[in-house]
Amino acid sequence: MSTEKSGRNAGWRTELRSAMNAKERGAIPRVRMPELDPAYRVTTFTEEVNSGISAEQAVLEATRCMDCPDPQCVTGCPVHIDIPGFIKNVQRGDFAEAATTIRLSSALPAVCGRVCPQEKQCESKCIYHKMKKEPVAIGYLERFTADTERLTGTKKTEKPASNGIKVAVAGSGPAGLSFAGDMARRGFEVTVFEALHEIGGVLKYGIPEFRLPNVIVDSEIEALQTLGVKFVKDCLIGKTIPCDELTAMGFKGLFVASGAGLPRFMGIPGENLIGVMSSNEYLTRVNLMGAGRPGYDTPVAHGKVAAIIGGGNTAMDSVRTARRMGAEKAFVVYRRSEEEMPARIEEVKHAKEEGVEFLTLHNPVEYLGDEKGHVRAMRVQRMELGEPDDSGRRAPVPVEGAIEEIPVDMVIVSVGVSPNPLIPDSVEGLAVSRRGTIEVNDTTMESSVHGLYAGGDIVRGGATVILAMGDGKRAAEAMAEALFS
Amino acid sequence: MFKILDKEHFSENVVKFVVEAPLIARSRKPGHFVIVRACEGGERIPLTIADADVKADTITLIVQQVGVSTRKICALNIGDSFTDVAGPLGKATHIEKVGTVVCCGGGVGVAPLLPIIKAMKQAGNRVVTVLAARTKDLIILEQEVAPWSDEVVIMTDDGSYGRKGLVTEGVESVIQREPVNLVVTIGPAVMMKFVSILTRKYSIPTMCSLNTIMVDGTGMCGACRVSVDGKTKFVCIDGPEFDAHKVNFDEMIMRLKAYN
Repeated sequence: MSTEKSGRNAGWRTELRSAMNAKERGAIPRVRMPELDPAYRVTTFTEEVNSGISAEQAVLEATRCMDCPDPQCVTGCPVHIDIPGFIKNVQRGDFAEAATTIRLSSALPAVCGRVCPQEKQCESKCIYHKMKKEPVAIGYLERFTADTERLTGTKKTEKPASNGIKVAVAGSGPAGLSFAGDMARRGFEVTVFEALHEIGGVLKYGIPEFRLPNVIVDSEIEALQTLGVKFVKDCLIGKTIPCDELTAMGFKGLFVASGAGLPRFMGIPGENLIGVMSSNEYLTRVNLMGAGRPGYDTPVAHGKVAAIIGGGNTAMDSVRTARRMGAEKAFVVYRRSEEEMPARIEEVKHAKEEGVEFLTLHNPVEYLGDEKGHVRAMRVQRMELGEPDDSGRRAPVPVEGAIEEIPVDMVIVSVGVSPNPLIPDSVEGLAVSRRGTIEVNDTTMESSVHGLYAGGDIVRGGATVILAMGDGKRAAEAMAEALFS
Repeated sequence: MFKILDKEHFSENVVKFVVEAPLIARSRKPGHFVIVRACEGGERIPLTIADADVKADTITLIVQQVGVSTRKICALNIGDSFTDVAGPLGKATHIEKVGTVVCCGGGVGVAPLLPIIKAMKQAGNRVVTVLAARTKDLIILEQEVAPWSDEVVIMTDDGSYGRKGLVTEGVESVIQREPVNLVVTIGPAVMMKFVSILTRKYSIPTMCSLNTIMVDGTGMCGACRVSVDGKTKFVCIDGPEFDAHKVNFDEMIMRLKAYN
């Protein structure tokens, strides 16, 4: 999608393209993201590690973009943002139009500019890879554009004319917000129901503020409110309001985006000792409940030696939070090698800079407690890599007899999540997979129940913000079409 | 929202609130609980629903002051509002006609027991209710349970009211007197543990309702996990009611002290 004045054939864009040749563009080095000093940042929760690029840096980085005739970056984006369209607007200094261009496709640019794995999506398709050069920093530019829009107050969202059709959303995480934005722009009257006392779902309870500040999320939510989206907190669809009652309330469709709210444990001895908890619990206490900060009543364990089990982004968020909460030693225990770690490279780099240690090729087999039931040590099994498994990664195999005991006083288990069962359990006739995810048509995201659509982790079982947003987008397209026909 | 319409002190530390919550009043069933936040910055506290009035759009909550957050809750007055009340959460009680049901509650555990007593009676059971507390002042809801109970047995540790003795003695006297088909026990973990030891001896099916530490109450955090029949279960979504004979009460009692 692009606005008319931002299309590739617009005069100004043709001029920008002819103003510089590919060689000159390619000679410009990729911008570096300024970061807070690691020694300082482990002392602060709310200050972002990545501090954002300047307008000068953004314009120069935007100049690197070749404005390809068949831009592959767009195909790498789950919500198909007109990437060259917004980047060229950045280059010409029309930051407001750049933001408008992104907002045609994405409800959460300031969020995605921070937490999307661009290196695996848009940036992985950039033409520069063919030239053995670093890709255009699309993520940094997206963040710059959204932040500039917020800081200068140039947001141009207006409430579109209502079509009078009410639709409901269960869950205010990335899938729900993306769906809500797309439907509101089409004129639907959207109400988002959230179980917790804060809007934003995983963006609030899961991702720490040093990676995604709450003010950023709140600003995106305000933009949706401007579009006419209503938010209801403390309301569980399927519990507070039964799904069939939504119909009686006049809602013509329901999009279920209730997330992957069920932490997995490993089922090993000692896992229920005090001091052993899920990353969901740890992060929720600190991020959503403000534990450990003045003015907040929720308690949290303060481990001196913290082990975080798992190698994903949530594990990195947990271990970096533990460092900030005062853990003298915080280390990641991962059963494969660093190469197989699913976490973003940037997160691993940041964690290492912050003093986090990595115990790879090890897997916990038991936790040991003291007389009060508090964890005091863990027994870990050394692993080696064998043949590739179903995931295509080399499978970790235990090295016989290689078990050692490590003292710890806090363990955060971050080995994945399962879909939250509250809504699947409450809707009769809803087809659910063996894993507990809601089964949907891949194109329309409609479930086995007519008018009930679903997306995000309740369908995927644990994925990324942007994939959830892509689901919301597809569901909005399909539901809008179904309701208009 | 969630305005307090009535407040009554049962004792110095036990308070009853009638709270405006129309949606929850309509959808709640016996066994359900809510998560309450007294104020901004407050903790999310699970409280079982003692009663609901659909016509008045209210639910009744009974709270015992034990820590920072329950003190903040109990400090609120008529006309104030809770910042958040979310629910109904948990699985509803399985109600059926089984014959004679002994419902035994200790302390504020009587609050969640009240709707179960009502429902068990309405399902056609003979209901014997055993209320237990340390002392007379801590016996709550006696008037409310009476109309739904064929008999109410009161037990106090100090003998200041009813019979002197522990809840288990009250329950055992009923078991020895007549056939009992089901025991429902709600109260402090240690009380439920000893009731379950007693009824196991007599092979009487026993159901308990657990009140563990929770954060979100919707399955998300896992703080409430307990071992049931050797498997880890989440009280918030798998419970709060479980087969008392299968619950590892010692582990639960240990985990309740996580933040002491």
